[in-house]
Amino acid sequence: MRLGLRTRLLLAFALLSVVTAAAVAGAGYVRARDAIVQRAQDNAVIETTNRVQRLYPLDTTPLSAALLRQVAGAVSGREGVALASGGGLSGGGLDPAVVTDELRAKVGQGRVAWQRVDLGGTTALVIGMRLRVDTRPSGVEVYVLRRLTAEAEAVGGLARDAWLIGGAGLLFGLLLALLAARSVLGPVRELRTAARRLGEGDLDTRIEVRGTDELAEVSRTFNTTAESLRAHVAELRALEADARRFVADVSHELRTPLAAMAAVTDVLDAEAADLPEVAGQAVRLVSRETQNLARLVDDLIEVSRFDSGAAGLAVDEVDVAEAVRATLRVRGFDVDADLSPAVLATLDPRRLDVIVANLVGNALRHGAPPVAVTLTRSGGDVVIEVADHGPGLDEEVLPHVFDRLYKADTARGRSEGSGLGLAIAWENARLHGGALTAANRAGGGAVFTLRLPVAAR
Amino acid sequence: MPRVLLIEDDAAVRDGLRIALTYQGHEVEAVGTGEAGLAAVAADPPDVVVLDLMLPGVDGFEVCRRVRAAGDLPIIMLTARDDDIDVVAGLEAGADDYVVKPARARVLEARIRAVLRRGERRPGADRQERHGDLVVDRDGLVVAKRGQPVALAPTELRLLLELSAAPGRVFSRQVLLESVWDQGYLGDSRLVDACVQRLRAKVEDDPAAPVYIRTVRGFGYRFGPL
Repeated sequence: MRLGLRTRLLLAFALLSVVTAAAVAGAGYVRARDAIVQRAQDNAVIETTNRVQRLYPLDTTPLSAALLRQVAGAVSGREGVALASGGGLSGGGLDPAVVTDELRAKVGQGRVAWQRVDLGGTTALVIGMRLRVDTRPSGVEVYVLRRLTAEAEAVGGLARDAWLIGGAGLLFGLLLALLAARSVLGPVRELRTAARRLGEGDLDTRIEVRGTDELAEVSRTFNTTAESLRAHVAELRALEADARRFVADVSHELRTPLAAMAAVTDVLDAEAADLPEVAGQAVRLVSRETQNLARLVDDLIEVSRFDSGAAGLAVDEVDVAEAVRATLRVRGFDVDADLSPAVLATLDPRRLDVIVANLVGNALRHGAPPVAVTLTRSGGDVVIEVADHGPGLDEEVLPHVFDRLYKADTARGRSEGSGLGLAIAWENARLHGGALTAANRAGGGAVFTLRLPVAAR
Repeated sequence: MPRVLLIEDDAAVRDGLRIALTYQGHEVEAVGTGEAGLAAVAADPPDVVVLDLMLPGVDGFEVCRRVRAAGDLPIIMLTARDDDIDVVAGLEAGADDYVVKPARARVLEARIRAVLRRGERRPGADRQERHGDLVVDRDGLVVAKRGQPVALAPTELRLLLELSAAPGRVFSRQVLLESVWDQGYLGDSRLVDACVQRLRAKVEDDPAAPVYIRTVRGFGYRFGPL
């Protein structure tokens, strides 16, 4: 799992404060607790020993249960209960089960021994020793239970303090972490926003550089990068604009001599029949290629107009089926037309004619008949499909089919069209706010789909 | 044979068009400047003027305006670029039709024939009609407003005759392109719009609030009803 910078900073600061608090408060707590318990233990042992000594001299013969109870009562003191045992007898208020075998064994060796036991949640101390009579062992052992309630409370207080200090440290640490995160994340967020704007094409995006730290250095680098990017893009755009302007200028320059030549091609065509065969062929070739050249130059100029943004829509309310039929009729195209009647649309009829004529002309040239033209209305769109029954488009051709002057088959050389027809159709569709796409049909053959909004803007 | 005045500054284009039009049987006078063209119109008016818009000195728009102001000669403009602004400005200056260069002689010939047809009388339509202050003489091809003759260009007259033949009926731009310009579906509907503007300027009292030639939004135009 990847955590954000803010989360990681918070975690690091929290960990630091917790570890520090645990180390300082925890160590203090442990030492204080041990000291308190130790002192309570020592006091209890001394006190018990004193009480036992106050019983001397003690006559332990005969050893009786009553005597043992008396001894236990004497040593039990205010807060404790005691047990005296010896010679198989025992007496006193302390449950013999509390005294462990381990403790008995130590006392049996003549030592003063003690052991901490847990009595229903509270810690208590059992202290055991052997009674001596005239400095000789009497065979009587005394066990005193001393509850450590006050000490436990003191230790509990210490633990509470340790928790409180740790918690305060944690809060303080988090506060510091938030402040640090703000000071780092603010500039980082600014950088992120700026980088995104730059990526979206706003090349004038710059960041205000504050201070002299590493983040300021990053901001400065960002600004210089953005500046050089802007300069590069401007240079490229200028180059591209120059190239396009050159194409447009050349096309216009070509148009004037072509206008003179195109004007006389009809004369050439009419006279070619009366010329000797070879001369006639030559004249027809000049005439035909002049027309082709004129069409290419026309298309180049049209493309230039799209590039320079000079192409505009002259929209009209159009019965689309009627318009498509007119295009097919005027061009003499032989196709299967299935056109929904009464599809009215606001579009540029001349541009629609250009699109349909290019699509159908392309299908007739490169596909195989029958070519089918269908018109439907789909939601807010007018949809015109032109499908042929040819071999379809190669997968590697498909993405380039609307490229300018793209030739699918280099071996085929120059095709009948200018090589700009589909590109112009595509631009015309886009100018309407529509789209033109190409695909292969499941049953074979290519299909071009034109979608135009019913009301072009 | 129709006499054509060709005003074109580029010598090669001028020669090409002169050769082609002559071959089609027209009597062609070809000149290279606007000034020479205006002088030729004044000296011996042709049947139709074919006019390049891009001329040195007095440009095509100005020639168009002056020829139009002087009379009802049909004018076909040649646009070197199919620049929409040029086309609109040319139509506003009074041109009846336009042809984009490079054009085959056949296309120019068809346009010339169409504008000349507009000027012809239609036999059998020999009656005078009165529409409000407007009197349309279909026989004499004369339009008068409150007794004063209105000078209309051939296309304007033809458009008015077409619309006023069926007052109240809505004509789409396509229908008008077909009947007035011989262009049909693929014609430029701006021809109609520009011609309507010019016609309104001549026959309406207030061209901004027309009563004779009314716009039917989304469909086309309608004459009256008055």
